[in-house]
Amino acid sequence: MVQQADELPSGKADIDARFTELYKAHLRDVYSYSYYRVGNHHDAEDLTEQTFLQAYRHFERALREANGRPLRPWLIRIAHNLAANFYRDRSRKPESGIEDAGMISDLHTTESLVEGREQLKAILDGVQQLPDDRREALIMRFALGMDNREIARALGRTDGATKVLLHRAIRQLEGMVAEPAAPAADSDGAPR
Amino acid sequence: MSATDFEALLREALAPVEPPADLAVRLEVTLVSLTEAAQEELDTWELSAMRDPRNWVRPAAAAVIGVSAGTALVVLRVRARHRVRKQRSRNAVELVERTFQDAAEEARRIVRRK
Repeated sequence: MVQQADELPSGKADIDARFTELYKAHLRDVYSYSYYRVGNHHDAEDLTEQTFLQAYRHFERALREANGRPLRPWLIRIAHNLAANFYRDRSRKPESGIEDAGMISDLHTTESLVEGREQLKAILDGVQQLPDDRREALIMRFALGMDNREIARALGRTDGATKVLLHRAIRQLEGMVAEPAAPAADSDGAPR
Repeated sequence: MSATDFEALLREALAPVEPPADLAVRLEVTLVSLTEAAQEELDTWELSAMRDPRNWVRPAAAAVIGVSAGTALVVLRVRARHRVRKQRSRNAVELVERTFQDAAEEARRIVRRK
């Protein structure tokens, strides 16, 4: 019999089985989030590992308090907090955006898309220059495919505030890609 | 460029990243060893707790308190019915007999409830 998501586990083995399900379902999400946050595979692996270890420690309580809601926002919130600590401990932010520029060519195999590749590179560079909350919202929406409600839960904001945040992030990024040489500014023209 | 086009580009630029295969294996090994370590810790703790005489005090005290509380309850209940037994008894021997029967019955009742 398949266990319902909102059913609470009945014992240690059950909890471990449920955690394995969670881990298998969201390993790629946590890794993608970590990668776009820290900008390199080595730190992304560390961050992913730490996220799941932390999640495992508090999994039983999370299941109880989730009331059947998906646990992905909770996992991403753990990764978000760990990433914040990661930057604080090292007193730095990612220096040059995403390390693996070759990743883009893997995604776009058609030779005629050279211009498109440049555009994608410009977008990735722009994402790294956005304010933290806007960058994170974009990663959650476009890399992880999270909806507004999930993003709101992960960021600890209301649905409405999240919708506005995403809208402003996209507009700001669009402006940055259109005019890469111009200093970063808000969609309403106000400098950051 | 329309907003939809830009969002499509954004989706393309931020494509999900597959974790390296060895990360999944490493993570599983870590989680399994964590679970096993926790279980071993628990087993060891239980065994060592049983061997350590300092840990015998609490169960022994609990047993003593349980027995004392039960005894006190029997005495109280038997005492409460003393007048009834005295009225029903024809002599002192019969009163003693009824008192013993009452006490035994009370004790059995308490044991059954536990």
